[in-house]
Amino acid sequence: MTNPTTQTSRPSDVYFFATCVVDQFFPGAGLDAITLLERQGIRVHFPEDQTCCGQPAYSSGFEEEARRVAAHQLTLFPNDWPIVVPSGSCAGMMKHHYPKLFAADPTRKAVAERLSARVYELTQFLVEVLDFQPQDCGGDCKVVLHTSCSARREMGVHLTGRKLLAGLEKVSVVQQDHESECCGFGGTFSVKQPEISGAMVEDKVKALKATGAERVVSADCGCLMNILGHAAWQDQQAGRSEPSLPGEHIASFLLRRTGGEQ
Amino acid sequence: MSEHTLHFKPAEGFRARSKAVVDNPFLRQSFRGAMDFLMSKRAAQFPDPEELESLRSLGEAIRQYNLAKLPDLLEQLEANLTRNGVKVHWAETPDEANTIILGIIQGHGATKMVKGKSMVSEEIELNHAAEAAGIEALESDMGEYIVQLAGEKPSHIIMPAIHKTKEEIARLFAEKVPGVDYTDNVDALIQIGRNVLRRKFQEAEIGLSGVNFAVAETGTLCLVENEGNGRMCTTAPAIHIAITGIEKIVEKLEHIPPLYSLLTRSATGQNISTYFNMISSPRKPGEKDGPEEVHLVLLDNGRSQAYADEQLRKTLQCIRCGACMNHCPVYTRIGGHAYGTTYPGPIGKIVSPHMLGLDATAGLTTASSLCGACGEVCPVKIPIPELLVRLRNEAFSAPHANPAMRGQGAGHSALQSAIWRGWAAVYGSPALYRAVSWLGSRLRFLVPRRQGGWTSVRTPLQPAPKRLRDLLKDRN
Repeated sequence: MTNPTTQTSRPSDVYFFATCVVDQFFPGAGLDAITLLERQGIRVHFPEDQTCCGQPAYSSGFEEEARRVAAHQLTLFPNDWPIVVPSGSCAGMMKHHYPKLFAADPTRKAVAERLSARVYELTQFLVEVLDFQPQDCGGDCKVVLHTSCSARREMGVHLTGRKLLAGLEKVSVVQQDHESECCGFGGTFSVKQPEISGAMVEDKVKALKATGAERVVSADCGCLMNILGHAAWQDQQAGRSEPSLPGEHIASFLLRRTGGEQ
Repeated sequence: MSEHTLHFKPAEGFRARSKAVVDNPFLRQSFRGAMDFLMSKRAAQFPDPEELESLRSLGEAIRQYNLAKLPDLLEQLEANLTRNGVKVHWAETPDEANTIILGIIQGHGATKMVKGKSMVSEEIELNHAAEAAGIEALESDMGEYIVQLAGEKPSHIIMPAIHKTKEEIARLFAEKVPGVDYTDNVDALIQIGRNVLRRKFQEAEIGLSGVNFAVAETGTLCLVENEGNGRMCTTAPAIHIAITGIEKIVEKLEHIPPLYSLLTRSATGQNISTYFNMISSPRKPGEKDGPEEVHLVLLDNGRSQAYADEQLRKTLQCIRCGACMNHCPVYTRIGGHAYGTTYPGPIGKIVSPHMLGLDATAGLTTASSLCGACGEVCPVKIPIPELLVRLRNEAFSAPHANPAMRGQGAGHSALQSAIWRGWAAVYGSPALYRAVSWLGSRLRFLVPRRQGGWTSVRTPLQPAPKRLRDLLKDRN
């Protein structure tokens, strides 16, 4: 049994599950997401013992190892608060795969199900639970939004990021060709099949640049790591010092547009 | 499981073949264009997401209902076909299927066969077996005819020659068809094919076809096609041999309309196909046309292995529409031949391990970013990404963990397993994770500049100077 996702009352406290990628590679995005939530009057709790949702092993075919890591995360969220995750794919792992991962273990399965029902992707939480209406303080700006496949197809939250950006008065959001197509990251896929993954990210970066947007924003740091990593590699090859495709997590963009850290 | 020789390359060399396509801008552009076209055709057929969703759920339910009753339905089908005068044969392997088919042909002293489109006949490599036995087997579906002339295999299950441009086809016809001059006029090319085939339909003693749906309750074989060649193959020659996988069965005729609608709309974006053939018996006394004999060969070839597993059984829901290929960013980049299997693309990655064993296909399971586009468009809701993850588990776990899965453990490597165990030890322990991630941030300048496949087109990954947990501490 899964509980309804959308909770009607506005919570006073939330847990923040940063994800291993944000903790180690995009800490600024995590901090900005937390600040953004706090500015909505919410107490954000960061369980110190959090590590990783387990998805890298899970999707690579190492379920036992994934279970071991996931089992540890199950212990981190004792209170009945929403768990906000600044990544569609890690949120998808916790929401949709945890209950399956512990199907054979009734005690942990029950915990996983209670946890699953409380998991929100960040933009989903901002829109569906907080009804966040950003007040734009920035100048004219053209951005392009990349939505991760997990956010789109697993979490079904591809419209929430778009809605947040649409609320920014002076920001115009342009749409890239083949918008819904995967950027080619796919965790270990990018390493195991570098030729195909490389072709996918090449096409994605080309489509993003072709929009003429100043920057790309995304709610998933895995995709950003891939997209920005390829764009930077292209710049390096071309001997260019300024990034040809700057990008950041949507939380950082939203925070800055709505007045920074103040 | 008996040995059989497969002429197509197994999944070995997949990376080299995919690289060859990826590095060819012309091919890449051409696949992209073709897939874009097919995607937009399908999208136009399903303007209402709610209708699509309810139809997909219905399709899934029908397929699951029929699979649940499969053993009984197979018996019922055999009984009813036999009563209708159709001879039913059972083949466990491609070899057995070829032996049965060649036996029927040779039993009649026949030497000429025309074939309608059948992926199962590709699966058993019937053309090779026929050629070895001195039997002429001519493909009559235009796309199949083209790939046969070129000495290739289909690169797509619905559009076998989608990898070829009209100029390539024009050159092929000029070279291979006697008395034909180069023309890249599509209508003229089709006319050339028709002229060749028309003569062959008159000469052939044997017509071979696939089956889209076999109806158990009535003993009816249903065939979906557009060109009319399928109807010719099943009516003009004196002997009709149909071949299909054991999973293609529905209990009742009324199960077909939703599946048929999903099939044509998902495959080619057609509301309905030009032809829908229903074959229930050979020619009856007093009838003017139709074959004198009708045979059905039911092929297992690993399907029962998938069937035996509750999760993997969903693989058999497939109605072979090819939508998963059309929407797959990997297939779009590399085309069908790179896979080296009869069935390419997402469905190929989940069905081939049962046909060829994971030993031949373990590498293919990694060729997916798990983006989910395939599962999203599958008309019968096969959870393809979920099944791929399952197959990765079967491929990489230590051998003998699951004897029911042929080739299980073929992708196992002690090093890879050790790495993941080490990873789980670190990420399963907050203290270790804190220590390792702290070290990572301190030693960030020591990360290697070359990071395997990642840095072939990306800058190296480097941890941030401070972790989020450090930034949070600094803030407080």
